[in-house]
Amino acid sequence: MKIGVFICHCGSNIGGTVDAAKVAEAARAFPDVVFTSDTMYACSEPGQDGIIQAIKDHQLDGVVVSSCTPRMHEPTFRRTVERAGLNRFMFEMANIREHVSWIGKDKEANTNKAVELTGIAVEKLRQDQPLFAKQFDINKRVMIIGGGVAGIQAALDCADGDREVVLVERESTIGGKMAKLDKTFPTVDCSSCILGPKMVDVAQHPKIQLYAMSEVEEIGGYVGNFEVKIKRKAPYVNWELCTGCGLCMEKCPSKKSKDRFNEQVGTTTAINIPFPQAIPKKAVIDPEFCIKLTKGKCGICAKVCPTKAIVFDQQEEIVSESVGAIVAATGYDLFDISKYGEYGGGRLPDVITGMQYERLLSASGPTGGHVKRPSDGKEPKTIVFVQCVGSRDKSVDRPYCSGFCCMYTAKQAILTKDHIPDSTSYVFYMDIRAPGKMYDEFTRRAMEEYGTQYVRGRVSMIYPKGDKLLVRGADTLMGTQVEVEADLVVLAAGAEAAVGAPHLAEKLRISYDKYGFFMESHPKLRPVETNTAGVYLAGACQGPKDIPASVAQGSAAAAKVLALFAKDKLENDPMISSVDIKRCVGCGKCVQVCPFGAIKEVDFRGEPKAEVIETVCQGCGLCTATCPQGAIQLSHFTDNQILAEVNALCQL
Amino acid sequence: MSALAGKELRIVGFLCNWCSYGGADTAGVGRFSQPTDLRIIRVPCSGRINPLFVAKTLLSGADGVLVSGCHPRDCHYAEGNFYARRRLEVFKRLLPTMGIDPDRFEYTWVSASEGQRWQKVVTSFTEQIHKLGPAPRFGLAHEQNPATAAAC
Repeated sequence: MKIGVFICHCGSNIGGTVDAAKVAEAARAFPDVVFTSDTMYACSEPGQDGIIQAIKDHQLDGVVVSSCTPRMHEPTFRRTVERAGLNRFMFEMANIREHVSWIGKDKEANTNKAVELTGIAVEKLRQDQPLFAKQFDINKRVMIIGGGVAGIQAALDCADGDREVVLVERESTIGGKMAKLDKTFPTVDCSSCILGPKMVDVAQHPKIQLYAMSEVEEIGGYVGNFEVKIKRKAPYVNWELCTGCGLCMEKCPSKKSKDRFNEQVGTTTAINIPFPQAIPKKAVIDPEFCIKLTKGKCGICAKVCPTKAIVFDQQEEIVSESVGAIVAATGYDLFDISKYGEYGGGRLPDVITGMQYERLLSASGPTGGHVKRPSDGKEPKTIVFVQCVGSRDKSVDRPYCSGFCCMYTAKQAILTKDHIPDSTSYVFYMDIRAPGKMYDEFTRRAMEEYGTQYVRGRVSMIYPKGDKLLVRGADTLMGTQVEVEADLVVLAAGAEAAVGAPHLAEKLRISYDKYGFFMESHPKLRPVETNTAGVYLAGACQGPKDIPASVAQGSAAAAKVLALFAKDKLENDPMISSVDIKRCVGCGKCVQVCPFGAIKEVDFRGEPKAEVIETVCQGCGLCTATCPQGAIQLSHFTDNQILAEVNALCQL
Repeated sequence: MSALAGKELRIVGFLCNWCSYGGADTAGVGRFSQPTDLRIIRVPCSGRINPLFVAKTLLSGADGVLVSGCHPRDCHYAEGNFYARRRLEVFKRLLPTMGIDPDRFEYTWVSASEGQRWQKVVTSFTEQIHKLGPAPRFGLAHEQNPATAAAC
């Protein structure tokens, strides 16, 4: 075998703390190495051309590139060697940047380490075999999980791209958080007026199948061929019959149900349609509060329903859908403000979240758009907004910035002045973060045109004084303490990962960070892809973002799905397991451990043997580590290859 | 091939591609400085690691072995790290019967976003191995020179 080794300087990224020329020289001593060179940027066009030329000039059978992480450029160099006529798996990479040059400044130790890492790559390459991909069919339907604005956008774009879409929504209506907003910044556009048409499009699009009040129960399969089990929760109403007339809501005697859509500002009826523009506009019974379901008596809704749609004994059901790609767009939830005991959230009725305030401002909200404070229904004249409640605060384990609170607080201050012209608003802020088109101009308008008092400092305490709330805080610009007697306090609760997000990530086999936000493939360059092929991200499930960013990501995810579906066949990753039938004793242990059901037992001349289903195998190698005979080997990560690497490092 | 005599000890890491290798990359991108002793072998999943690899590494003269995978429930292959945990926990208990100090072997979980955690893991494990010193070398009892013992 003839091996070529290329050591990359990566400008000064590697060259600064690793003597690349010395590594190239040392690599000549490795077995089978016939050519080495150091190059300024191996990934650049001249760099790649140099590799191709060397393969041709020296009839190389395999190539090692020592440069950055294979998670970055392995696909690049695989294509390079392929262009030179080699099999793309006759290539190995040594990571001498992220794992060497960037983590230490000792040039001698780094150079030595780079030589050794190059050495183990050579040892691994010496046992590499050419591998060839298999083609398999692709199911060109897409599932979108979450019907907020990001999910809606992704669904519409995919459906307009002529692909069938399955949209799964946990609540009884799509719309997500945006449907709860009164207005949007910085245009002060009516939120439901701009979202409403999109929601209607979802309902009417022939390519979109909507499962509302449903959750993803189980996900099997792999890119191109996912099998998803969806749990359809029981609304206790036959939605095929329900016309959404709302007669049941008028007559329902149980009027103290939790009003989840209105963020529990006020109460609602046990049978309920969350809001007038709901899609689907269907009634749902809250079993916790329905008198019939809790006490066995009542049934008034069933009597008044003109279509006889009420079904008190309805059960949840599981349906299966086959799709080729999945977009997770599960959004976010709000930080629990009661974690700040000193602010009285959850304890003092007139300390509310920004989202609750949105409902108070909204004409379709519980107060009909008249701002009335929850405790006594009086119109507040002094309103204090507190920003960064559950953002940028390590003490509550939320060190990140939620991004949109500065903007919605400014919007709410402006709306407050519109609703109550003789009111005064105060905003306690840490910094104003308004980096968007027309954003900073908007916050300035709140201050200059609407007279909102911005106080730079944190609030230390909020406590009741008579029928008012005393807000005590610091003004760090003036260096003084501030006290405001407020009628209403609005806490700008930060965004956190949606309830249950980590569970869904586990089902999708994607990663999530310590806060529960889903991890993208690359923070800069692959923002909507995940490390699991065929699974994409859209919206705030990946990290807090505002409406335009969520919509953009929804469209981006749809573009990725449509690109995937542009192919008629997909190629598998050939780094999969294969069975040496002579060694296999048919114990079946590999069949048991395989998480993908990719190994089946077959009969071979009367004896049981294991067989790998090549398009299902994902290449984890669990079977290889389990097989007592070493009969099943993961290509490219065989026992012999790993042991060769160990030997290279530990030669006695 | 030898570790830098007197400076480094031979520490081998087996890292899963999806979480810990990514975590080590994140640490690199973040320039979180680390001791230079560790040599990383990339495997697809911690469940790919046969405990015999670790045994072979230690018996071949490594002074320490570190295995790192995805956090439980966060495995790219759904459950590989659970198999790894079970195997490696049993294996760790077996080490004394092989005459190997179990402190020379650790397994842990680092996600792709935890660059800082990776720095801590590497630093503390390297310190731990340096405290233990070079591993006694098997089958080479006649060779008592500590300088050559360090260079395995």
